[in-house]
Amino acid sequence: MSPAVAGSPVCWTRGGRAREKCQMWIRRIARHVGALIVTTLIAGLLGATLVRFGPGFDSDEQRLDPRLNAASIHAIENSRANEHNLLTFYSTFLARFVSGDWGVSRSLGRSVRELFAERAKVTLNLMAAGVLGGWALGLALAVPSSMYRAPVYDFVSTAISGFFLCVPSAVLALFLFFMNGPLRFAIVLVIFPKVFRYTRDLLRDAYAQPHVLAARARGLSASRVFLWHATPWVAPQLLALAGVSLGMAFGAAIPVEVLCDLPGVGQLAWKAALARDLPVVVSLTILVAAFTQLANAASDLAIAACTHERR
Amino acid sequence: MKRARKIAIWILAAVFGAALLANLFAPLPYAMQFRDFISAPASRQFLLGTDELGRDRWSRLLYGTRISLLLAPAAAVLSSVMALLIGGVAGYFGGWWDRVVVRIIDIFLSIPWLFLFLIVRALLPLNASPLESVILTFTVMGLLGWASPARIIRAGAQSLRNSDLVLHARACGCRGWRLLLVHIAPNLKPVVFAQFWISIPMFILGEASLGLIGLGVAEPLPSWGNLLRELENPQLLMNNPWTLAPLALLVLVVSCLQFVLPQKEFAA
Repeated sequence: MSPAVAGSPVCWTRGGRAREKCQMWIRRIARHVGALIVTTLIAGLLGATLVRFGPGFDSDEQRLDPRLNAASIHAIENSRANEHNLLTFYSTFLARFVSGDWGVSRSLGRSVRELFAERAKVTLNLMAAGVLGGWALGLALAVPSSMYRAPVYDFVSTAISGFFLCVPSAVLALFLFFMNGPLRFAIVLVIFPKVFRYTRDLLRDAYAQPHVLAARARGLSASRVFLWHATPWVAPQLLALAGVSLGMAFGAAIPVEVLCDLPGVGQLAWKAALARDLPVVVSLTILVAAFTQLANAASDLAIAACTHERR
Repeated sequence: MKRARKIAIWILAAVFGAALLANLFAPLPYAMQFRDFISAPASRQFLLGTDELGRDRWSRLLYGTRISLLLAPAAAVLSSVMALLIGGVAGYFGGWWDRVVVRIIDIFLSIPWLFLFLIVRALLPLNASPLESVILTFTVMGLLGWASPARIIRAGAQSLRNSDLVLHARACGCRGWRLLLVHIAPNLKPVVFAQFWISIPMFILGEASLGLIGLGVAEPLPSWGNLLRELENPQLLMNNPWTLAPLALLVLVVSCLQFVLPQKEFAA
């Protein structure tokens, strides 16, 4: 390797390469952070627009209270005057949101931040158990299926995963609820068929690659071929699926929480949407969009690290 | 696999046929109440028994199947056409339009589908008539389901833009919209078709989930979503296992839909 030439655009020294690598990572992270901020802001604005122009936005049952006089009703109307102009509302809301004031829920009469902090634990627990369980079950079924290619095992595992792909998560949750089973398992049963099918197809593709065939022909053990030759080949795609599976888990958690009366974020979103609770809907849209984007960005960066290492 | 596909096509044809001819196969109107037969078990008069309002479950299942099976493909057509227009044009023309479309797709995909759908559906009128609720539910599904297919169609259009056939067409003087409509769009057909086919089970399951949480098709109009609401009553489920018929039919139809499209078209 020749030493770096002064003024050359490509620096071949070890320090130069490290600096270049560092700059590449900074650029990559900055791009993800920028995308996260833009996407989250636009998602919040979309949520605010939908609620603002939704029917029944202006209705407030407090105004029907016969005990209130005209001045009180006028004061109630004035308290929501800043919500009429969408951009004014959204800019004020964002400024407060950044400083930690997420507003007060109109339907539940409590701070949105408090509500979210209380309920996020329930949803995160549900999602974490569901995602981890789903991945464990999916991988446990997919790895033998692609390594040994036993037709009966393949048929049975495909049939089981196919069945769970066809059942709505809400129905799974109801059955588990009636059987006093763990509700987290409903999310596991939603995630595992997707993980199983995707991983199995990827691993089969990996096992057909020339380098894996060569490794097997040289007499390497099945576990060694799997760990050192097949897994690195499929790792980037699996990391991408890992990012997506968090969004899938949240989607599945909504009906589970609503039907089984679990006080989580999904149930809060449902209640807020039905009550047209603007501060809650906008806050949740921002947080959910940010969370999903963050998960996708983390998986993208992991993929980049993985492919960089391989190179 | 070929045999399984044939069987799936036959089952789907039978279910579609029975749903389309619900007027012939259903012995009673779906909304007619028999107040002397509330939650009656299966009998010769009521093949699957009656629900809590005394309505014939078999008739409701047939009419509900018709709604779910006709409108889910309609919503899939809407989302596929939108995906083709938005993704196809973005992939073909590239530039700033492509960047804007990619950003919009990212926004749509960054919000979980059911959450987005829940928010949008709940913000539309909830006291709509049954017919309006059907139209609203499936239109919103169609309008919100375009992002994922659009990303795939965009990639297809991008690869076609640089293909030999397009280069040849350009060399022959074909440009702009003509090139897009005559040479690119027909070659995107397999991708669009696969995306359309994948969307149908997604919309059927989406409607079922929404129906279960009370945001789907309004009563008394039946759909698979609101028929599944009977599963919320465990006592009813114990006494009358026929309550599971809509779930069994849903699973059967969605499984058959997965078999119908060959794997290589899914891969496309």
